Amino acid sequence: MQTLPAASVGGPHARTPRVWGWVLLAPMLLWLVLFVIVPTLILVIYSFCSRDDLGRVVFDFTFDNYARVFDPIYLRVLGRSLGFAALTTVLCVVIGYPVAWFIARQREAVRNRLLLLVMIPFWTSFLIRTYAWITILKSEGLLNGLLLSAGVIPEPLKLLYTPVAVVIGLVYAYLPFMILPIYGSAEKLDNTLVEAAHDLGAGPLRAFSEVIIPLTKPGIAAGVLLVFVPAIGMFAITDLMGGAKVPMIGNVIQNQFSKASNWPFGAALGVIFTLLFIIAYAFIQRRAARSSHS
Amino acid sequence: MIEIKEVTKRFGDFTAVDNISLHINAGEFITLLGPSGCGKTTLLRMLSGFETPDAGLIRIGGEDVTHLAPYRRNVNQVFQSYALFPHMTVRENIGFGLRMQKVPSAEAATRIEEVIALVALQGFEERKPAQLSGGQRQRVALARAIVPRPSVLLLDEPLSALDAKLRGQMQIELKRLQKLLGMTFVFVTHDQEEALTMSDRIAVFNKGRLEQLGTATEIYHQPRTAFVADFIGEANLLPAELIARTDTMVRVRVEGGLELTVNPAQWPAGLTQALISVRPEKVHVSKKPVDCENVFEARVSEELFQGAMDRLLLEFPGGARLTAIVANESALREAIHEGDTVWCGLHNDDLVVVRTEPGSVQPA
Repeated sequence: MQTLPAASVGGPHARTPRVWGWVLLAPMLLWLVLFVIVPTLILVIYSFCSRDDLGRVVFDFTFDNYARVFDPIYLRVLGRSLGFAALTTVLCVVIGYPVAWFIARQREAVRNRLLLLVMIPFWTSFLIRTYAWITILKSEGLLNGLLLSAGVIPEPLKLLYTPVAVVIGLVYAYLPFMILPIYGSAEKLDNTLVEAAHDLGAGPLRAFSEVIIPLTKPGIAAGVLLVFVPAIGMFAITDLMGGAKVPMIGNVIQNQFSKASNWPFGAALGVIFTLLFIIAYAFIQRRAARSSHS
Repeated sequence: MIEIKEVTKRFGDFTAVDNISLHINAGEFITLLGPSGCGKTTLLRMLSGFETPDAGLIRIGGEDVTHLAPYRRNVNQVFQSYALFPHMTVRENIGFGLRMQKVPSAEAATRIEEVIALVALQGFEERKPAQLSGGQRQRVALARAIVPRPSVLLLDEPLSALDAKLRGQMQIELKRLQKLLGMTFVFVTHDQEEALTMSDRIAVFNKGRLEQLGTATEIYHQPRTAFVADFIGEANLLPAELIARTDTMVRVRVEGGLELTVNPAQWPAGLTQALISVRPEKVHVSKKPVDCENVFEARVSEELFQGAMDRLLLEFPGGARLTAIVANESALREAIHEGDTVWCGLHNDDLVVVRTEPGSVQPA
């Protein structure tokens, strides 16, 4: 249908589809240039600048900011961020996989209803949901109240403003991003393949590791990508639920731009962080591509 | 080898398999035949362990497997969709069962080589299923299922996805393979021709019940029920009423006025009404009087040329109708055409009395 008028008119109109392609892409390209490429460039430039006594950015070229990034204090923060992100990712896989698998094995009507349940939290603001967790976890909160009245614990547990609270918050926030891609893979998996594995003598565990896991790997990889990478940089949850006691790389960067007012250093941290993003992304993406091709 | 005893399986209100008893011998090629929804696949899935009977008992090789998990049964299945593992090569697919059985790798390698030669897949060992044709995938599925040396091989319409020519080849090959291996094959199909070609015995199913169990010739020539007569091959089914009975003959009247002589062995004593099944190729048609126990004059009301065969619709003065299939000899002798008046003859022995309801079938 698209080619027929062009072919009948001929001439310059033959090129119409390509021109239209650029026109249709233009808003997105403009958006990318204005809000991704230009800010990144500014960030890179700032990261090589220094600041004067008043904290203003001065354009004289220096590597000092990058040297400071490799200060053990910041490396430890970065390491902690990676650790928390990794733990979050593992927990999301462990919790999300069975959920995704269970949903994928249901009848279509049930499936759609369960998927809706997974997505309902997105209808509320992320911050409100995080505050809800604070209400649950705080010393005189819902969870402690329940446990106290049930007599499970003699005094309130210290949950809020601990690393445990941070991990709970992170897992909660990112779980749907793990469930949905795994669901996508699991739903496509032909159940007769699982039956074939059982038929050939594979018990539930072998069928899972030999057939189900390999065939849902693309979904797991996508989920890991969607959880691990953003979890490294998350600062709102660590601020609100960790009480700023467990600083992550995201918090440090945020501080450099606000309280510390050291934009060049914040920019250098941001650049390193972005590079880490890209490396992690490329690594996971390549593994996913390999497993789906093979 | 396999003993199915009074097995019933329901899905909600639907009774898929209704009180079926069936004994399958070791080394036998048995076909479960019937239209879709007749219960044949459900019965097969109970043999493989994917379904559990609501009532009854299944023994394989003397062992009660009624509630045994599929992975604990010495039974393998060839799936209708083949169900090859897409992330594994042909060799890995075939070797999967051996790996699960923890067969030593050296022995496994030899056995895989052997079976690959057996199904003529040499040179395809490292390919993925997606890189194979339908026929090749079929062979991989077959090889994968026979290499663990199961006591029974279950085949769920394995040829239905192949084109007609390839299907014919595979039928011959499957039969050859089954004889060579001496393995018990339980084959499920809705294709009566396939069943007649390959099976030692055929179990005909309808609506969850076993209609008849017998060899291909028994099923074809001595159908016990109207369903079997109609489902396998073609049949003229004539409602008949008893007029007279002696020791040597039974005289019946068919709807539409024809009076026929039937072999008394066919007509059980005490029966007053029944259906008579006549195969169209057993209806003898000629322009000259024919030498049969039952001879009538008829008019050819329709003629359908079918190459080697001519299909004729005969109308009798009383209104009865019969379909006849005759060898096409038109060029040589007097050809029969639409509108001709002909002689129609029926032999006593070709008139088979069938039941409308499935009766009890004795396990062989």
